Amino acid sequence: MTELIEIKNLHKSFGANHVLRGIDFTVSQGEVVCVIGPSGSGKSTLLRCVNLLEQPEEGQVFVRGEDITDRDCHLDDARKHIGMVFQQFNLFPHLNVLANCTIAQTTVLKRSAAEAEQVARANLDRVGLNDKVTAYPAQLSGGQQQRVAIARALSMDPAVMLFDEPTSALDPELVGDVLTVMRKLALDGMTMLVVTHEMAFAREVADRVVFMDEGVIVEQGPPAEVIGNPSHERTRVFLKRVLDPTHVEPS
Amino acid sequence: MAGSTEPTPAQAPVTTDRPGLIKAVPVRHPGRWVGIAVVVVLAAMFIHLLVTNKAFEWHFVFEAMNQKPVINGFLKGTLLVTALAMIVGVSGGVLFAVMRLSPNPVLSGVAWLFTWFFRSVPRLVLLTTMGALGILFQKGLSFGVPFDWKIMDWLGLSGDLRFATVNANTVFSGLVGGVIGLGLSEAAYMAEIARAGILSVDPGQTEAAQALGMSRGKVMRRVVLPQAMRVIVPPTGNETIAMLKDTSLLIGLPVITELFYQLQSIGSQYYKTFPIMVAATLYYLAATSVLMVGQYFLERRFGRGFGGGPRRAPKPAGVETI
Repeated sequence: MTELIEIKNLHKSFGANHVLRGIDFTVSQGEVVCVIGPSGSGKSTLLRCVNLLEQPEEGQVFVRGEDITDRDCHLDDARKHIGMVFQQFNLFPHLNVLANCTIAQTTVLKRSAAEAEQVARANLDRVGLNDKVTAYPAQLSGGQQQRVAIARALSMDPAVMLFDEPTSALDPELVGDVLTVMRKLALDGMTMLVVTHEMAFAREVADRVVFMDEGVIVEQGPPAEVIGNPSHERTRVFLKRVLDPTHVEPS
Repeated sequence: MAGSTEPTPAQAPVTTDRPGLIKAVPVRHPGRWVGIAVVVVLAAMFIHLLVTNKAFEWHFVFEAMNQKPVINGFLKGTLLVTALAMIVGVSGGVLFAVMRLSPNPVLSGVAWLFTWFFRSVPRLVLLTTMGALGILFQKGLSFGVPFDWKIMDWLGLSGDLRFATVNANTVFSGLVGGVIGLGLSEAAYMAEIARAGILSVDPGQTEAAQALGMSRGKVMRRVVLPQAMRVIVPPTGNETIAMLKDTSLLIGLPVITELFYQLQSIGSQYYKTFPIMVAATLYYLAATSVLMVGQYFLERRFGRGFGGGPRRAPKPAGVETI
């Protein structure tokens, strides 16, 4: 397997807050990696450094062998191969569903309008929303909006998909629809880096689970090991709080 | 109706007696009737004033409104200058707003300086000053290398380094000067309005567009500005209406192909000041009304996707849809 994403000694601070303290980490072609950890552990920041929505202070990020932290790198070119799905969906509210999925295809990839529409419809079909092409985002439920956001990212034919807590802003009954789409993507062989709190999803779909705390990777490995039988105390405490929230003792 | 489908509360006493028919009466609004009476009386008083007071001289009002120089002044000096000055103002304003928000300190500094200067100078003062600017450029307005004669002297050469020269009076006076003066002044106000509009767009929109590989310019043009327009359009309508009225300041330049000046000159010719003011008011009322209709359609156009379409009605938790 070839390394699709390679991160070396990554550091990121927001003011005095040292969020990432030296991350070394790789994602291989076709691998599904889930990043878990308590809030504030730096997992979203790590994800946002992969397409440089956050500029790291130190360290390098290689995507398909290209160092995107290099000042000479054509960042926009690199980003079009990296799909991203946000916690708050961030669909373009002034465009309908179809236009949301075609705007970057026509302006960035320079595809013709007809080709872009064909690709967009195929991807909307993939997420089960081919009947919503003319709707505006405000007319859709949260789960539908997130699936459109996934279709929008897929329409760029990305080499890797980043998911930043894709189900955290959804009503509980809508989470399943989005996770089903993501599971299908994983089965289709998409390389995925997912920041999530859905332990059941991580356990079932991930090839590897990464546990982060206080800006470092505490442990990583197959889900059965990290979630089923964690070797670090911090991982154990976190999993206990997440998996059994009603029995956490007040600290 | 809705009341009949509601389940009986569990605790309500179950009786076989049915209440008798009630005599339903519409809710009374005595306050409204008092209000209507007051308004009707005031309106009647106003109409009485308009119809019976001889000082209005309605015949003269409409005749003055129908004069050729007046119509010409209204079309050119008022409507055309408003349209052109707003084009200069809106495009300049958006440009300066984008510059102001740029990470480049030179661009944002220039935008700040421009806004500071043109917001500080009153429009009448600005237009009057522009009319006098010709004194600075008596040999014409030239574009070229600054200090060119000094540089040529120092190099031991003769001649100048000027590439284009235009007559300063054609630029700074007349309708062109009016459009430039009012347009630049407007650009300063529009810059602040456009900046507020751009800042009102969720930063997540920029991130999503950047993550798709769109360049800074494309993000601004295709994603941020179309959404900012929703916030920009209503105050721009306001600015357009203000601009329509501020064209009456063109006399400072001086430009006389303009509605208010033309009407006033008729008024002073016939010693009829008041009817002339009525004529001017009617013109401005009519033009403003048309602009307000236009604003309504623009707002509808840019409000798409923001609750303009069918909304999902909020449903209280636990209520089954019938």
